[in-house]
Amino acid sequence: MNDFWLHPALILIIGSFLLPLIKGPAKKTFLLLVPILAFLDVFMMPKEGIFGVVQFMDWQLTFGRVDGLSLVFAYIMTLMCCIGTLYGLHVEEDAQHIAAWLYVAGSLGVIFCGDYLVLFLFWELMAFASVFLVWFRRRPESLATGYRYLLVHAFGGIILLAGFVLRYQATGGDLSFGHLDVESPALYTYLIMIGFILNAAVPPLHAWLPDAYGEATVTGAVFMCAFTTKTAIYTLARACAGMDILVPLGVCMALYGVVYAVLENDSRRLLAYHIISQVGYMVAGCGIGTAMAINGAVAHAFAHILYKGLLFMGCGSVLHMTGKSKFTELGGLYKKMPRTFVFTLIGGLSISAFPLFSGFVSKSMIVAAAFSEHILWAAFLLTLASAGTFLHTGLKVPYFIWFGKNNCSQETWDKAADPPWNMQAAMGIAAFLCIFIGCYTPYLYNMLPNKEVVYHPYTAYHLSESMQILLFTAFGFFLLIKKLAPEPKISIDLDWFYRMGARKFMWLVRKPIQTIDNAWGEGYKVMGLTPLMTVSRFWSWFDWHAIDGVVDGIARSVRSVGGSVRRLQSGQVQYNLYYAVSFVALMLVAYVLC
Amino acid sequence: MNIVKLIDFFRDRLPTVIKFCYGVLALLVVIDIFVDKEHAHTAIEHLPGFWSVFGFIACALIIIISKWYGHLGIMTREDYYDE
Repeated sequence: MNDFWLHPALILIIGSFLLPLIKGPAKKTFLLLVPILAFLDVFMMPKEGIFGVVQFMDWQLTFGRVDGLSLVFAYIMTLMCCIGTLYGLHVEEDAQHIAAWLYVAGSLGVIFCGDYLVLFLFWELMAFASVFLVWFRRRPESLATGYRYLLVHAFGGIILLAGFVLRYQATGGDLSFGHLDVESPALYTYLIMIGFILNAAVPPLHAWLPDAYGEATVTGAVFMCAFTTKTAIYTLARACAGMDILVPLGVCMALYGVVYAVLENDSRRLLAYHIISQVGYMVAGCGIGTAMAINGAVAHAFAHILYKGLLFMGCGSVLHMTGKSKFTELGGLYKKMPRTFVFTLIGGLSISAFPLFSGFVSKSMIVAAAFSEHILWAAFLLTLASAGTFLHTGLKVPYFIWFGKNNCSQETWDKAADPPWNMQAAMGIAAFLCIFIGCYTPYLYNMLPNKEVVYHPYTAYHLSESMQILLFTAFGFFLLIKKLAPEPKISIDLDWFYRMGARKFMWLVRKPIQTIDNAWGEGYKVMGLTPLMTVSRFWSWFDWHAIDGVVDGIARSVRSVGGSVRRLQSGQVQYNLYYAVSFVALMLVAYVLC
Repeated sequence: MNIVKLIDFFRDRLPTVIKFCYGVLALLVVIDIFVDKEHAHTAIEHLPGFWSVFGFIACALIIIISKWYGHLGIMTREDYYDE
């Protein structure tokens, strides 16, 4: 407790506030310095302990719970923040960097928090910061996409809030964020889990992901693909490990992403569907819940952040240079963007779990855990999904962008070239790490939370198995390549329900409700206004003829009296004196006589 | 650019490359006969070339089922959501 501990999120938050104040050439240095400082902060952090405990009203808030699980996530997230910032170094707009950093700060806050209040605070920071990465694309549709993203996450946040408030009530004031009782789950356990799996994009709560990630800015998507879903995996590994329902959900996810990736024509949306597929492995790993499965989920999250970042950087570079991301508008680009091709291919081989690439040492751990727990159907289906992964990300993406039929317009072809140095450098670092993790397993395995697990991916059997699956998938790909030709279509996903649902609601508001309102107005006019007018007219008549008759009668009498009196008055003083004196004389006579 | 030259080198000799790839596929199945299957999880995996068949069928299934599903009406025109 006496050790000095600085929250890495604080470095990023302070950095984002200082960024607009820094001008000139120092800006680029500062941009690199802040995430590197955050990374070093995590790197030098004590390996275990509780830090940053704050008393707030009745509650004790914990900002810094450091252990094996939180450290490995913080390590890869700050590292990815460095790579992502380098990739976006050419972006002049401060606000984009600020949004990205605050988003990462939100993730780090969740990673290190020790209770649900702090978790919720940073959970919402993540959603509200990352939505700007969509809005900054500034296309006409970006605004609507961003709002959809925000509304879905706000909905998830409310479910999570409901979950931990109910838990607070049920446990008599326990806010601590730890492993939930998954053996006898209560309503609140499910609510908390739903809040988490919404961020992990588990179907049917997944449609926000391809919607938003396909629409985000080039650099924004690189950040988004790394943080939201993997933070959710951290929370699931922490709180819901061993929750049985997560195994079928994860397997469905892995297959669902694969099916939609076949149909997808936009390269970045295809990668987004493959996030769903890959996160499916991690969700299933959390569901299996054994020490090896949790290690596998964490290792896969670690590897996934790097190779998925690399893939988004590769396809982002194509989008950045040519302005296109659809397969039907690209093709044959290897002559123009050869380095981007090599980097993307490395990402593709890593995600496909090729031997010597990072996916091979991480994904197999989850499948092996499923086999050793005798959940055979899950193990075989996850292996099937991995064939699909290679099919799309390892083969379809590189083939239809860099080879295949050249669908480029002359303008696209002229613009295509390898991207600026900083983007290439970021891809180079990520590519190096993908290969390094695959070749030197202790680097990743020594960081995993359950140290007692021993796993060797490089056995002869595992190599033979993987190579057969991968290369025979490639064989199938080239045999069926005509079926895979991209089509300029979009695929309806479950966001249809809220996109078209909202439209139906608007129609309902515009048409029936408006009609009812109009009819009501008309009815009111006929039923209300006409009788009212008749009554008013009667009162008007009554007022005119009766009341005014009386009043006017009095007035007329007064006027006629006045007129008679006026005739008496000629305005001359002597007559006035005459009347006055006559009047007094009359009074005197009367007085005397009486 | 060296990478481009390398790719063109292979593209110019495509029939040879394809023959080489078929050779690799055959070799994989042959090797599988001799691989120690101690780490196999289920009995079916002891069949030689099981994972080759699995990989190929998985690939074909994924493509055919997905495309069938897509053409049920899930794939639609790009301006579907535009008003």
